[in-house]
Amino acid sequence: MIKSRVVLFILAFVAWLLFCWVPDAQDIIAGVFVALLVSILTGDMFVKRPHHFGHLKRYLWFIYYVPIFLWECFKANIDVAYRVGHPDIPIHPGIVKVKTNLKSDTGLTFLANSITLTPGTLSVDIDREKGYIYVHWIEVKSKDVEGATKMIVEKFERILRRIFE
Amino acid sequence: MSNIIGIIFIAIGLVFDFFGCLGLVRLPDVYNRLQASTKCVTLGTCSILFGTFLIVGVSATGVKALICATFLLLTAPVSAHALARGAHKSGVRLWEKSVVDKYQEDGELK
Repeated sequence: MIKSRVVLFILAFVAWLLFCWVPDAQDIIAGVFVALLVSILTGDMFVKRPHHFGHLKRYLWFIYYVPIFLWECFKANIDVAYRVGHPDIPIHPGIVKVKTNLKSDTGLTFLANSITLTPGTLSVDIDREKGYIYVHWIEVKSKDVEGATKMIVEKFERILRRIFE
Repeated sequence: MSNIIGIIFIAIGLVFDFFGCLGLVRLPDVYNRLQASTKCVTLGTCSILFGTFLIVGVSATGVKALICATFLLLTAPVSAHALARGAHKSGVRLWEKSVVDKYQEDGELK
């Protein structure tokens, strides 16, 4: 678990430096101690497979993922603004079930967060053993699992699988 | 130049924040309200913070604004998820015109 601690130490130290921008000598010395304390106390919980941080391909997929995510996020805002601004409030809400093949904690967290921030969907609960996510959908277009999965999950899952699995 | 772009970003953020709050008032039940408030307010506030960064540049304020935007993007969906799950578990039903509730049918995972 020493690798996990090292990764957390680096991340915590970088976050500390950004928080006290522009860092001087005092900040850096204090930062080393704080990051050390954090990584000793909570390092073993941070990542399960620290060697993933060494894979360059995962970072490239992440860079590819960010603009797609931001664009979906923007579309979600237009969509909600339209529904809220329309005089009749055109919504057909409901909670549907979608299937996911992701297994890792980080992957599932990112998938659920992406679902929440994309058009009309909000993840409510997750069934890890069977791989189901329950999603509140403001405009239910498909009640069965396959149709909903296709419309909500697929576009993110194929990228997130390459980043986190 | 970056001043003008920053002000445009802040204006877009304000419009989205406004629609988020309007959704909070107009939509029928807690889940739909969460939808409106999470999406619009998250991206609206991130947009305001990014506009601030463009105006002040890479300084103490600007870098903190960027970090705040990142943390907001990471944490707002988690809190929305927690609120929705907690509401459903403590017995808040969906709006009566809702189409389907698979979560209820599966007996709310323990």
